[in-house]
Amino acid sequence: MKKLLIGTALVTIATAGSALADDHATSACLITKTDTNPFFVKMREGAAAAAEAAGITLNSYAGQVDGDNEAQVAAIETCIANGASGILITASDTAAIVPSVEQAREAGLLVIALDTPLDPIDAADATFATDNFLAGELIGQWAAATLGDDAANAKIAMLDLAISQPTVGVLRDQGFLTGFGIDTVDVNRWGDETDERIICNEVTAGNEEGGRTAMENCLAVDPEINVVYTINEPAAAGAYEALAAIGREDDVLIVSVDGGCPGIQNVADGVIGATSQQYPLLMASLGIEAIVKYAADGTLPENTPGKNFLDTGVSLVTGQPADGVESIDVAEGTDRCWG
Amino acid sequence: MTESQSYEDVVKDKTETHFAQFEDERKGLIGKVQHALHLNPALVPLIILVTAIGLFGMILGQRFFSPGTLTLILQQVQIVGVLAAAQTLVILTAGIDLSVGAIAVLCTVIMGQFTFRYGVPAELSLLIGLAFGGGIGAISGFLVSRVKIPPFIVTLGMWQIVLASTYLFSRNETLRSSDLRADAPALLFLGNKIQIGGANFTFGVILMILIFVALAYALRATAWGRHVYAVGDDPEAAQLAGVNVHKTLMSVYIMAGLICAVAAWVMIGRFSSVSPSASTGVIGNIQSITAVVIGGISLFGGRGSIFGAFFGALIVGVFEMGLRMAGADPQWTFLLIGMLIIGAVALDQWIRKVSS
Repeated sequence: MKKLLIGTALVTIATAGSALADDHATSACLITKTDTNPFFVKMREGAAAAAEAAGITLNSYAGQVDGDNEAQVAAIETCIANGASGILITASDTAAIVPSVEQAREAGLLVIALDTPLDPIDAADATFATDNFLAGELIGQWAAATLGDDAANAKIAMLDLAISQPTVGVLRDQGFLTGFGIDTVDVNRWGDETDERIICNEVTAGNEEGGRTAMENCLAVDPEINVVYTINEPAAAGAYEALAAIGREDDVLIVSVDGGCPGIQNVADGVIGATSQQYPLLMASLGIEAIVKYAADGTLPENTPGKNFLDTGVSLVTGQPADGVESIDVAEGTDRCWG
Repeated sequence: MTESQSYEDVVKDKTETHFAQFEDERKGLIGKVQHALHLNPALVPLIILVTAIGLFGMILGQRFFSPGTLTLILQQVQIVGVLAAAQTLVILTAGIDLSVGAIAVLCTVIMGQFTFRYGVPAELSLLIGLAFGGGIGAISGFLVSRVKIPPFIVTLGMWQIVLASTYLFSRNETLRSSDLRADAPALLFLGNKIQIGGANFTFGVILMILIFVALAYALRATAWGRHVYAVGDDPEAAQLAGVNVHKTLMSVYIMAGLICAVAAWVMIGRFSSVSPSASTGVIGNIQSITAVVIGGISLFGGRGSIFGAFFGALIVGVFEMGLRMAGADPQWTFLLIGMLIIGAVALDQWIRKVSS
């Protein structure tokens, strides 16, 4: 055993001593929260296509579970060691990842936050994202307009993302309430509202199973709920199942955010009333283009005027347009959907 | 010369004859290998580790085989490594601890929040965190040794209790690195590093190695260590031989809890922040058990070398880093590690035959 140890140590030292800089071509990293959520799968496809078109290498990493900060830290370290030119990241823990992002920037890598802004937002060189607050606001306005006068007596279930309150979940939630016309109290936190129309705040982990359980919990509090806000379409689909189980699927408005193809199909089928569609493919391909530019001459990407990030756009998709709320129809939503 | 003395002459005359001695009857290479592995249980993981480093070095070249990357692997496994040290102690007594990761995360939150919420000096908060770790270990130890609840059940419950306490106590607040740097540098102490050439050794990594060396010495050369092995091998026989089984179990669980609290300190140093939703709380137990099992330590207790757990953690780290650098889908890493786990236990069963 000793011989083996000493041998390894010697070989390591010998090879490491003659370390030479590798002359590899430009490469980029994409770090997503998980690699099972279709949103991130699509993002990866968009990045891979853009990387191939630009002739650069792309390495993709993901956490094992949502909220897996450790795996993302390890991925950033790998990108630095790998000599990548830039990193595109959707952070699992927007505050905890910051020291690693700083490390990467100090090492000369361009770091772009995709979809989810870091905390603080300027910890990354740039942020390419959906305006999640606007996305929430659109479905809030649509729900209020669709209910008309009944909006004053609405009973709302808020199906959020996670108890750690990631910014994306907070922005959508608070945007929805603002659009609906409810006082958000502290706009940086959900769950502190005092409006009696909000029946419950439950977390879903952004999947069907979580959505169903959360909806069941809310119905236990008040079976008369008639408006359901959901963090994303899988959660909405789960909530619909819980409502269908008690025969209330037709008299409840479910609104959501994402614009994935199954979600848009659910809008067509009447499962979801309206959803705000975002464009992950565009985020990823713009991100890769920015890294290529940065690697070539050090140009940093610029923000959308008036915002502290680059807005990749959002559209409301619904089968029943409401007065005063701009929307696109299901056919157009299907053309532009992902996943 | 009396009769009674003369029989000793037989010994003198027949020094060539062997008396009570184990005969190595197995012939051939395989038999010898099996015997060697039985004597040195950490040999297999070490060979796998060296092979893996060599293979990835050949495929990836200088990017992987540089002092920077190789020491980076050490930094990436330091938390799981320390947790695996705690896990090893418990598994050597034929137990299992599902709560190690959760205890570590709770201790990070205690160390952080006592400093920031209650204004306790950071050094004192560290000690409070360590005390909590040891205290939780003591509760588990008592339930296992006195109340006779199986360790799996005790720590399964403890895992949930500790995770929930973490969320409740922290109110899900992440403490940011900028605050920690400004007001509690002591918490970040283990994140400091020594640079030698391109190699980076964080204090956390050095502490992890010291923990393994110290425990290896204690397990091999002290009465306490031999008692741990004896209790794990056969508690009744140990009791009959005069070992205080209750005291030994208590000491093991308290020690494991303490080491988890040390892992908490290592964690704060590594991430420079305190996040109650750190995934170590949820998967740290599985990761540490994986390291221990790949390290050739028997889940049936009483057998294995603690260095095996260290090598086991490193093997996982090397695979993860190598496959990431090669740009492979992360699922391949999990698939390969799954195969390693089953392979390691299959090998363990084969080696055990040497003693039967």
